[in-house]
Amino acid sequence: MSSLVIHDLHVSIGDKPIVKGLSLTVNSGEVHAIMGPNGTGKSTLAKVIAGHPDYTVTGGDVLLDGRSVLEQEADERARAGLFLAFQYPSEIPGVSIANFLRAAVQARLPEGEEIDASAYYKRLYAKMDLLKIDRKFTSRSVNEGFSGGEKKRCEILQMAMLEPKMAVMDETDSGLDIDALRIVSEGVNALRGPGLGVLMITHYQRLLSYIVPDFVHVMYDGRIVKSGDKSLALELETRGYDWVKQELAALPA
Amino acid sequence: MKSLIDSGPAATVENPVAGIDQTKGDFTYDVAYEFDAGTGLSARTVDYISSVKKEADWIRAFRHQALQVFQSKPMPTHWATRDLENIDFDRIRYYLASGQKPKRTWDEVPEDIKRTFERLGIPEQERKFLAGVEAQFDSEAAYSNIKEIVAKQGVIFVNSTEGLREHPELFRRWFGKVIPTGDNKFSALNSAVFSGGSFIYVPPGVKVAQPLQAYFRINAENFGQFERTLIIADEGSEVTYMEGCTAPKFSTATLHSAVVELVALKGAKIQYITVQNWANNVFNLVTKRGLAHEEAEIKWIDCNIGSRLTMKYPGVVLKGRKARGEVISIALANDGQHQDTGAKMIHAADETTSNVVSKSISVGQGRATYRGQVHIPKRLRGCRNNTECDALLINTNSRTDTYPAITVRGDRNSIQHEASVSKVSEDMIFYMQQRGLTEGQAMSLAVNGFINDLARQFPMEYSVELKRLIDLEMEGSVG
Repeated sequence: MSSLVIHDLHVSIGDKPIVKGLSLTVNSGEVHAIMGPNGTGKSTLAKVIAGHPDYTVTGGDVLLDGRSVLEQEADERARAGLFLAFQYPSEIPGVSIANFLRAAVQARLPEGEEIDASAYYKRLYAKMDLLKIDRKFTSRSVNEGFSGGEKKRCEILQMAMLEPKMAVMDETDSGLDIDALRIVSEGVNALRGPGLGVLMITHYQRLLSYIVPDFVHVMYDGRIVKSGDKSLALELETRGYDWVKQELAALPA
Repeated sequence: MKSLIDSGPAATVENPVAGIDQTKGDFTYDVAYEFDAGTGLSARTVDYISSVKKEADWIRAFRHQALQVFQSKPMPTHWATRDLENIDFDRIRYYLASGQKPKRTWDEVPEDIKRTFERLGIPEQERKFLAGVEAQFDSEAAYSNIKEIVAKQGVIFVNSTEGLREHPELFRRWFGKVIPTGDNKFSALNSAVFSGGSFIYVPPGVKVAQPLQAYFRINAENFGQFERTLIIADEGSEVTYMEGCTAPKFSTATLHSAVVELVALKGAKIQYITVQNWANNVFNLVTKRGLAHEEAEIKWIDCNIGSRLTMKYPGVVLKGRKARGEVISIALANDGQHQDTGAKMIHAADETTSNVVSKSISVGQGRATYRGQVHIPKRLRGCRNNTECDALLINTNSRTDTYPAITVRGDRNSIQHEASVSKVSEDMIFYMQQRGLTEGQAMSLAVNGFINDLARQFPMEYSVELKRLIDLEMEGSVG
């Protein structure tokens, strides 16, 4: 049983505060969705959890299984079980997906231990079958010349292979047509289970009709301003984010 | 598509080509030298070398004339780096050898020299995948042998001293014809004091299945190694030659200045592979050129990782109709290193084609320079050249320069030139780190990806070592 605890987190880029006191707990087996209008700090939250060097945490904490990750480099957090599915995954020219994943799996082994190549490929192929990915896919260079849908499938395949405890998925639905969205969602659903906690960040409700969340949070101006179950997402769809803003404005300061 | 580190489920490489790892080459054993020309360069040095080798008069005269050319030519610092001025020719030792005749079995090689090559893994490689090996220790080959099955086909594979002595007509016919003494200051120097290097002749139609390999080892301090290689592939024959080189890291500079001439007669194919990994105090100033006759093909695969300064521009003179020339080059310049490399393609017949692909990586304050020359005169038709040079900069203080010189006259020929400079982006590194790779591992992978399409052209044993070496070089580049 794992947990990702975000406690009163404050984040700035330069002098500009972006995340302003956000708290959230994700446990294994749960799927949380964070929704909100553009520019409320959703993607910043995702990158800060993963350890992107451009952001400064000015207060609060992020804990994986009770241990703060804020002093750890991005790669240490990754090896500890944190995974970020990128909104815009980078291209790595000349490095095949198979080799990239192999290096990532190797990086998780104790010093001096060599990856068992045949076991690795066996597992890779099993995951590809599970996600209905063509065998030829992994000989292509990572994300190079990929369509939007291929990039996101590549992210899901990496997630499947690296078996994180907690996955943060940043706008996984962006840039996907409806067919690609369905395929990618099926992949995520196939990976759902008691060993994995998911934090999905999305602007639109449509993703949530494919990946049904256990909890929905609305983020606005760097904070979570409303939480509920999946019905909250539907309510947002019909009433829009203005409804949340009006509710907030009506609250006493 | 098989990529560099994807060796598949079953493949494991137990036999990395040794000596490509600098840490592996950084050792020296005390060796008693029987022959020593002393320090500094004069006509007496040349006479000493010629006498020790019991050379014919013509070659002695050739050396003396070359010495004069060397002394009269200025340093090419009007276009090349001024670092050349730091070479002190009076402090170099020009000839050091333990014996005059290379041994045919490793058992006969003196123990103090044999253990060096054993540590570098040479005898083991020979057994596993080579058709023949020459192992040069300072000025002379300590060992030289060719597999019987290859020798029976009439293939000659000896060092240059033996080539001169035992095959004088063949040797003299081509020696100095592809690269004349006065080509440049360092080809003149080599012509005056050359020793060692390979002489190879492949008879018509013979295709040598396994590579022939030479290993050049510098052991002594303040030493200059001047090997001379001449490869002649007769009509329709094919041969692949690989060379590796290392030296221990001394506190003073070492000079390596080779001349390599290739002759591919009608329809012949020569592939010449170099993995240079000199210690980073070695001045590596090498002249390499091939002469391709009708429908012949010469391909240089050149990888420069070590040295303080490398200046090397392998070239092909496309002399016969439909001849093909190719240079595939990888250079990695780390702190304190300058890789000044490139290619020359001289088109001298109709329908000749040439291809140059160069990739360089500059790390820290390392500097990579590409110099290319493509020449297609007006009278020719149907000639084509393609040049691509890509540079990758790792740090913000890394440096790369490109100097392409392309002369194409007339309107019946075509050329194509592409160049790019890229930097490993922070986003790419973060992406890889998020998958669990350390910053150093991420850099290595990015660099290996950058050269992947070229590295795949190397024999397996070399490409695996190349990757390992890049990993080592990149380890210290971050943080």
